Amino acid sequence: MTLLEVTGLNTYYGESHILRDVDINLNKGEMVCLIGRNGVGKTTLLKSIIGLLKPRKGEISFEGNSIIRKRPYQRARSGIAYVPQGREIIPYLTVEENLNLGMEALPGGISKNKGIDPFIFDLFPILQTFLYRKGGDLSGGQQQQLAIGRALLGRPKVLLLDEPTEGIQPSIIQAIESAVKTIISETGISVLLVEQHLHFVRQADRYYAMQRGGIVASGQTKDLSKVVIEKFLSV
Amino acid sequence: MQLIIESLFNGVAIGSVLLVAALGLAIVFGLMGVINLAHGELMMLGAYSTYVTQLLFKQIPMLKPFYDIYVIVAIGIAFIVSGVVGILLERSIIKRLYGSPLETLLATWGVSLILQQFVRSVPLAYGSGVVVALLIALSSPLLLPDDLLAGTKGKFIKAGTWFLSAIAGITTGGILSSLVSKLGRASARNVDVTAPSWMRGGIEVFGTTFPKTRLLIILITLISVVLVSIFLSKSSWGIRIRAVTQNRSMSDCLGISTETVDVLTFGIGSGLAGVAGVAVSLLGSVGPNVGGSYIVGCFMVVVLGGVGNLLGTIIASLSIGVMTDLIGAGRLLTIWPTMPSPLASTIDFFATTSMARVMIFALIVIFLQFRPAGLFPQKGRMVES
Repeated sequence: MTLLEVTGLNTYYGESHILRDVDINLNKGEMVCLIGRNGVGKTTLLKSIIGLLKPRKGEISFEGNSIIRKRPYQRARSGIAYVPQGREIIPYLTVEENLNLGMEALPGGISKNKGIDPFIFDLFPILQTFLYRKGGDLSGGQQQQLAIGRALLGRPKVLLLDEPTEGIQPSIIQAIESAVKTIISETGISVLLVEQHLHFVRQADRYYAMQRGGIVASGQTKDLSKVVIEKFLSV
Repeated sequence: MQLIIESLFNGVAIGSVLLVAALGLAIVFGLMGVINLAHGELMMLGAYSTYVTQLLFKQIPMLKPFYDIYVIVAIGIAFIVSGVVGILLERSIIKRLYGSPLETLLATWGVSLILQQFVRSVPLAYGSGVVVALLIALSSPLLLPDDLLAGTKGKFIKAGTWFLSAIAGITTGGILSSLVSKLGRASARNVDVTAPSWMRGGIEVFGTTFPKTRLLIILITLISVVLVSIFLSKSSWGIRIRAVTQNRSMSDCLGISTETVDVLTFGIGSGLAGVAGVAVSLLGSVGPNVGGSYIVGCFMVVVLGGVGNLLGTIIASLSIGVMTDLIGAGRLLTIWPTMPSPLASTIDFFATTSMARVMIFALIVIFLQFRPAGLFPQKGRMVES
């Protein structure tokens, strides 16, 4: 069953044409990875899906409804969670307040949803330790865990993850990787992942390879050949 | 000793007015990066609201027995009046200019001129009518159920609410001008707010007399500051406001309606200007230009205190208030009469209200050379990134 479907998407930054006729789809409970070298438009695609960028042409539908005219907060409330590159933690809010903000996407928002679901602390124990620290004082890896935890508290149907392992020490990469796997198997949400880290890419069910703003290859990750990897991953 | 206490007290009272107004300015500036030059005029509207409330309580037989508490009622009314005008300003002008600070500066300056001329040439009764109309029109989308406002039918209903509120506004204006003749004529002259009898005179403690009006101003400030800080730190909307202030686009992606937050914050910031206006009306006479004499002080408080810092705002406004009183009223000479004569003549030179301001601004400029980010600059890992 297709949960998220992008068809013929064209996005511009000013006059420069970034995304050219992008078609992708994401099924329920599936993990799909976007690969491609730097600057091919992976992040632009995710930003177009969450609504931070307005595409000039094309269609995005979520659960069968067009969301192209919706604002980012409306898309978040309908069940799309976004973990951006660079984490974007709210710096002067405590870890607890940041996590609470994740529940803003639920019906009723933070006024009606109190109390953080403890499964977050099973996934990322470090967050419980630092609950009352300011989000901006955490290290990069801790912020990444906070950003994923925050996104999950909104109980999304689709999680958009933009380079969750970028600039993070290997031990935390493993923690994040296994957490993402646990999330998928336990909650059945779909994940659209942008990633450079080969080991993580291999966890996905399918892949889309991007080049110069378009999708140039796709298929099952288990069929991902050495040639494709060398062409599209900067390893 | 007594002189010093008196001087401190007066300074704190002046600083209190600055504090409430600057708090509103700082919240708005922090959230949207908007420098609202019309903030002083929102204070002026608050001061005029006090005047209108006072007249209503004096002249309408039904309200007459409650004349003594009109000041308390005026605080609420001033908050609403300035808040509503602020929201209209945000929705109609500032919203379209986000990301272009210079244009916003010019536009809000223009609005400040319009507001000044408005109170000069429109009778206050009809001015109140305009506010009533705006209040009804702006709040009706929140009060009516959502499904009533959807689709083409919704557009007609919305137009209908604007029409009805216009009628309500005109009616209010008509009734007010027939009830209170003073409100029915436009006047550019300054008006005076007289305090009710319980607020006149002072309280004597250890031989020093503290005027009751100034005590009330300090009390109003204290309550406003406490309420605002509780609202920002504890309530759901407070968390949303802080989140949008710190990272607008990510807050949007988390499901926060940034537009609603903008409206709410602008309303609260402007409403605080209105509350400050009540205090201004208790300190002196009220005229169309009264805002202009406070707005610069407010900006100085925001710059000196460091943006988005409550403690900094408090210390900055109180110290500017105390210095205004010390220098402007020439109290330094009275406190220290044996001052060497060159120093004494310098201080004497600055001992008028306007020269005191020159002196204070010069001191602030020097201070900012050493601490460009204000008294309490933001610290920590997030500042560098």
